[in-house]
Amino acid sequence: MAIVNLQNVAYKYPLTDSPALQNITFQVNEGEFVAIIGPNGAGKSTLCYTLAGFVPHFFKGELAGHVEVAGIESHNSSLSEWVLNVGLAFQNPFNQISGAKYTVFEELAFGLENIGIPREEMKTRVEDAMKLTGISDLAERSPYSLSGGQQQRVALTSILVMQPKVLVLDEPTSQMDPIGTREVFGVIRRMAERGMTVILVEHKVEWIAQFADRVIALKDGQILLDGTPSEVLTSPLLQENGFGISRYTSVARIAKEMGLWKKDKLPVTLDEAVEGFSLAKHR
Amino acid sequence: MKIEISNLQFSYPNGIQALNGISLTIDSNEQVAIVGQNGAGKTTLVKHLNGLLQPTQGQVLIGDWDTSKHSVAKLASRVGYVFQNPDEQLFSKTVGTEVAFGPRNLGFNGDQVQALVKDALTLTELSDKTETNPYDLSVTWRKMVALASIISMDTDIVVFDEPTTGQDAVNIARIANVIAELRKRGKTVITITHDIDFCSENFERIIALSQGKILLDGKANEVLGQEEILATTYVDPPQLTRLGKRLNFNQTVRKEEEFLDVLSKDRS
Repeated sequence: MAIVNLQNVAYKYPLTDSPALQNITFQVNEGEFVAIIGPNGAGKSTLCYTLAGFVPHFFKGELAGHVEVAGIESHNSSLSEWVLNVGLAFQNPFNQISGAKYTVFEELAFGLENIGIPREEMKTRVEDAMKLTGISDLAERSPYSLSGGQQQRVALTSILVMQPKVLVLDEPTSQMDPIGTREVFGVIRRMAERGMTVILVEHKVEWIAQFADRVIALKDGQILLDGTPSEVLTSPLLQENGFGISRYTSVARIAKEMGLWKKDKLPVTLDEAVEGFSLAKHR
Repeated sequence: MKIEISNLQFSYPNGIQALNGISLTIDSNEQVAIVGQNGAGKTTLVKHLNGLLQPTQGQVLIGDWDTSKHSVAKLASRVGYVFQNPDEQLFSKTVGTEVAFGPRNLGFNGDQVQALVKDALTLTELSDKTETNPYDLSVTWRKMVALASIISMDTDIVVFDEPTTGQDAVNIARIANVIAELRKRGKTVITITHDIDFCSENFERIIALSQGKILLDGKANEVLGQEEILATTYVDPPQLTRLGKRLNFNQTVRKEEEFLDVLSKDRS
């Protein structure tokens, strides 16, 4: 069942002439893990804001078309309804940390306090979420004393404790080390398997290919491609339009021209690349 | 200009020991990438190069200058440092004045400043944005302004802290071009990065840090081939290196040409 439904959505920020989004139509089913890719300036963050109700309720501007997320309709709602159902982790974790709390533990409880969750449940939720994202050892640290990657884990955790139906993540691993990134992708995948719907903006194509169910490619505020990771991430349109692709795909594309890649389909993951190139080796 | 670091130790005021005895030499005209997990001490280490931090123990030499005996302002003529977050660095009303600030402060005359600014803006593809307020630009372009404002200082040593964070493929290629040009000019370039594919394609020497110590330091192929050791500091080898390994290549590969080369030999 569709939990996200966008029909002909267009949006202009205040005091701007050109639309940040236009002709955006797509649905996302409950429990689906959708990755959004696109060059800088394609409208990825604006789309996140739209899915979380910040557009138009916080940013104002002109929103046209139909936006419905978890049963809430953009035009007839207030931001307080959105926060109960949709969680958004900002691109820059520094912008998200409240500044009102001295420890990571308190920071994580901040959202729960605001929606009136009982004390004992708050503690359990915060402890469980910290375990999930591997930050239990940071509980007593100040949110501002952490490294960029650690702050991003805190920002993600502060959304997970809210147990939103829809999780919107704007480059949640941009400052993380490589294996930390892979771990966080694993956590996000598990949330999707538990029924949370995930919409994730990312440049790290290798992990999108491995973990996401579906990929939407945005360019100039419009949807260029929408399909399975394999369909979208091997499309020749990506490189022509300034998207990053995985080295597995790009090297196999050249190898194919040289007769060293025998399959029709190009690989997007390490396993697919190993399988395809082994075929070429043992002929 | 040569950098010599001997037995560098550093503790933050809260007692956390961030660097535990680092010794290394970086020659003039070397390009080095520093990798390692969050909290390994990468940023702490490079902040010692321009005196933003002072050793608790040990010594840092920039050419013949001991960083503990020279001010940050003086060291700025030898070491340029581009912050991870451009917003911590930019303050001028226009891109042009921002990029002119550094060289003017270093005492270059008017004509020299103009030439340095023009060169830095060309290199970073910002020439058409001279009159724009940096904060009217997207974060992608603000990052380029931060790069330009350091390049214009024409220092012998340039340090980049996470230059590719949040950047798309087109801009990563732009940054790679800037680094290649600095190499041609004989600059020493030191780059902290988590983007291991970018690191592997643009640097020939790689230093892996872990818990304030040097874990690995050597030629890119040697370092990136050590999958198990890198994993202890939360670094994965590059995609093509991992692929080559899974295909049982008898050498470590990093770049597409190398990969295809081994693959075609393998088959014949």
